Amino acid sequence: MTQQTTPPVVEMTGISVEFPPVKALDGVDFSLRPGEIHALMGENGAGKSTLIKALTGIHSPTAGTIRVDGVERRFSGPADARAHGVSTVYQEVNLCENLTVAENIMLGAEPRVLGGLNWRAIRRQAATHLERMGLDIDPASSLGSHSLAVQQLVAICRATVGDCKVLILDEPTSSLDTDEVERLFTVMRGLRADGVAILFVSHFLDQVYEVSDRMTVLRNGTLVGEYVTADLPAAELVQHMIGRSMDVLEAAEEVLEQAERPAETTPLLQVVGLGRKGSVQPFDLDLYEGEVVGLAGLLGSGRTELARLLTGADRADVGQARVSGRPTRLRNPRAAMRHRIAYTSEDRKGEGVVDGLTVRENIVLALQAERGWMRPLPRKQVDELVARYIKQLGIRPANPEALLRNLSGGNQQKVLLARWLATAPRLLVLDEPTRGIDVGAKAEIQKLVAELAADGMSVVFISAELEEVLRISHRIAVMRDRRKVAEIDGGGATMDQVVDLIAGGGAA
Amino acid sequence: MTTSAPAGAPPAPRKTPKARAWKLPIRLDRRYLPVLGTFVVLALMLIIGGTRYENFLTPAVISNLFINNAHLIVLAVGMTFVILTGGIDLSVGSVLALSTVITAALLQAGWPVAVVLPLAVGAGTVIGLAHGVMIHYFQVQPFVATLAGMFFARGLCFLIAPESIAIDNASFVELATWVQIFGEWRMTSSVLVALIVVGLGFLVLHFTRFGRTVYAIGGGEQSALLMGLPVPRTKVLAYVVSGTCAGLGGLLFAMAFRSGYSLTGVGMELDAIAAVVIGGTLLTGGTGFVLGSVLGVLVLGLIQTIITFEGTLSSWWTKIVIGVLLLIFVLLQRVLSLRRT
Ligand SMILES: Nc1ncnc2c1ncn2[C@@H]1O[C@H](COP(=O)(O)OP(=O)(O)OP(=O)(O)O)[C@@H](O)[C@H]1O
Ligand SMILES: [Mg+2]
Repeated sequence: MTQQTTPPVVEMTGISVEFPPVKALDGVDFSLRPGEIHALMGENGAGKSTLIKALTGIHSPTAGTIRVDGVERRFSGPADARAHGVSTVYQEVNLCENLTVAENIMLGAEPRVLGGLNWRAIRRQAATHLERMGLDIDPASSLGSHSLAVQQLVAICRATVGDCKVLILDEPTSSLDTDEVERLFTVMRGLRADGVAILFVSHFLDQVYEVSDRMTVLRNGTLVGEYVTADLPAAELVQHMIGRSMDVLEAAEEVLEQAERPAETTPLLQVVGLGRKGSVQPFDLDLYEGEVVGLAGLLGSGRTELARLLTGADRADVGQARVSGRPTRLRNPRAAMRHRIAYTSEDRKGEGVVDGLTVRENIVLALQAERGWMRPLPRKQVDELVARYIKQLGIRPANPEALLRNLSGGNQQKVLLARWLATAPRLLVLDEPTRGIDVGAKAEIQKLVAELAADGMSVVFISAELEEVLRISHRIAVMRDRRKVAEIDGGGATMDQVVDLIAGGGAA
Repeated sequence: MTTSAPAGAPPAPRKTPKARAWKLPIRLDRRYLPVLGTFVVLALMLIIGGTRYENFLTPAVISNLFINNAHLIVLAVGMTFVILTGGIDLSVGSVLALSTVITAALLQAGWPVAVVLPLAVGAGTVIGLAHGVMIHYFQVQPFVATLAGMFFARGLCFLIAPESIAIDNASFVELATWVQIFGEWRMTSSVLVALIVVGLGFLVLHFTRFGRTVYAIGGGEQSALLMGLPVPRTKVLAYVVSGTCAGLGGLLFAMAFRSGYSLTGVGMELDAIAAVVIGGTLLTGGTGFVLGSVLGVLVLGLIQTIITFEGTLSSWWTKIVIGVLLLIFVLLQRVLSLRRT
């Protein structure tokens, strides 16, 4: 292979990063060669994002050297890194929703005439970048009007503007659907052919195997090793990542298989003709206790919008809802909460976690709000509850007083999940609960959901990952073009069948 | 039903023709709605005034509207920069006073106009720079930093001149009384300066990277940082712009009243903020336009004019009407931003 002989464009040696008392990285070596896609693997909190931030100058390493193109460097920040050809898309979408798509792509690199911005050229160039990504949106539209996934793709467009030698993508695919992922991979392969070095982080093993050439595995802030993707079987990779074998995953599978579809009674929540203009067309849906209903569909098919109507996050303008047979109006999330209906949002950063509060405060937030601020929960009860969820979901660091903003992305997601589990809802609507969560924890969460349903909770499970939906659901509602197009039995459904329905081929 | 829609096709193709129909005259973006609202209010006030009072809709009255509010327009332009970044500048009233006092005192001491004017404006620039540095590098809340600046500048005024100083420097008076007459329309030097400032403000915000970074910071400072934009420099510069505008506003004020006095412009920062908010700029930053702020100033000025025309009303009604208008505009923005999500 010629790749073995090319000198690395990025070479990090002995990197340590400390957030006293936590040692997030401990003497990690990492190298990235031109024209390769290099996956950085590890559990939630392993230190992947931290390594990236150490490279781009957001965190300063306490030890180690960083060489870019053979020259030793310590970047002062993203701007500096970018000026030296290192572009990064961070884990959360970091763009400005108040500006247009074109501006978000070109900001800082706008073409100019006579010292002033050339708006025509800005739009034109932005359009070219969007086209390369296969994104068919108006560059002059405001970014905030687009879904998270589109925003994510726009963020990637932005990173490829200008002279980019190294492209770093921290979990770019966590909010994308299969189609978008394919599109992204095509772009990534194109860039690789142009000699760009790409660092790619993902918790989806199949994606990693599909696109990467080499991988580096981290565990608990230390380097496990660097491997050639083709030579490393998936089972071994998982073992490297979690430090033990796949047993956990198999255990989860068993619980799921035992779970049975319960006998039908009165639906816990029954909606008839519920809809909202411009959001979801009227649909019927019955949700029973002890049942997991999966929502499948492409991005923008109305999955999230449907969930928001069910939980009062958006107000329906037509249709009726009945809770346990009694007509109810789910006007807002509080009203839904009174009926013990809880909703975890897909937009962790915007709607979910409060990053200035501690893990403990975040977990009890919804429970406390429900009781009213006048009746604080007894401290002992809080501590027990928090300790239980930290253990059950494997939140790391296992410190209730850690500030949420200092947790890794996946661990923040777990805290969010714990918050709603703590309210012991009768109906729990989970919108992308496993986004950004590592393989081990994902299995744990699926297992937990199956157990909760077995205990009588009704669960609506939304995920872009079809296998997950298939595996966990008793029933699957399929969405297309903001309409519910089918409802099928989860037990007997096959992947192909659902894919057909989603794409519109097999629709009635 | 159309079951043949390919996977990944954008939903609701019906929307497109409608959107295009909207586009044809001007792009009626959501972002322009608040400004449009201000414009409608202004137009309504002109119409009401015009039908209620004789001699209201005359070039003389409109000219005076600009002449009397030239300094406020300049302040509002500077304030717009700061508010767009999500900050606030409470010092502009005091800095304006400081600028009038410096102008008057130095002219009285016999300094030439060509030296005095840049010094007066520069005092504002320096104070703005100090604000920016405190806010960005020492992480002081904008409210607190500029509050300190407000007291500091006001104190400095008294230190320089406790009493009002009249200005009789010949070339300054000549500058102040320069006027261009087009038929019944009048444009004084201060209006000319204000219009130039507005034009520059508009150009800078919309046609420079600095301007776009101002908006980006208002949209999310953390994001702007991670996007690799020069956040520190831009934030500091926004306060420099505001300080400079306040200094310049002071000059215009001194030209209008031919004096410098330490008690001028008390509470004027609030007028400027009110004008910016009525002009459709969100106090949380990121959305708004300089031209909106100009409309905001005109609305404020017009309220004053109408109350003068009414004759019997106490001038305190101005404050009440401004209060009510502010409330309406803030509510309107709230509704608009709620509808967006
Ligand atoms: N600013 C910070 N202050 C304190 N601790 C931090 C900070 N940033 C990260 N950490 C800690 O460093 C460790 C590594 O976090 P990092 O974000 O790199 O994980 P990750 O591998 O990206 O995980 P994920 O897959 O969940 O995104 C975590 O234990 C985290 O809590
Ligand atoms: Mg991470």
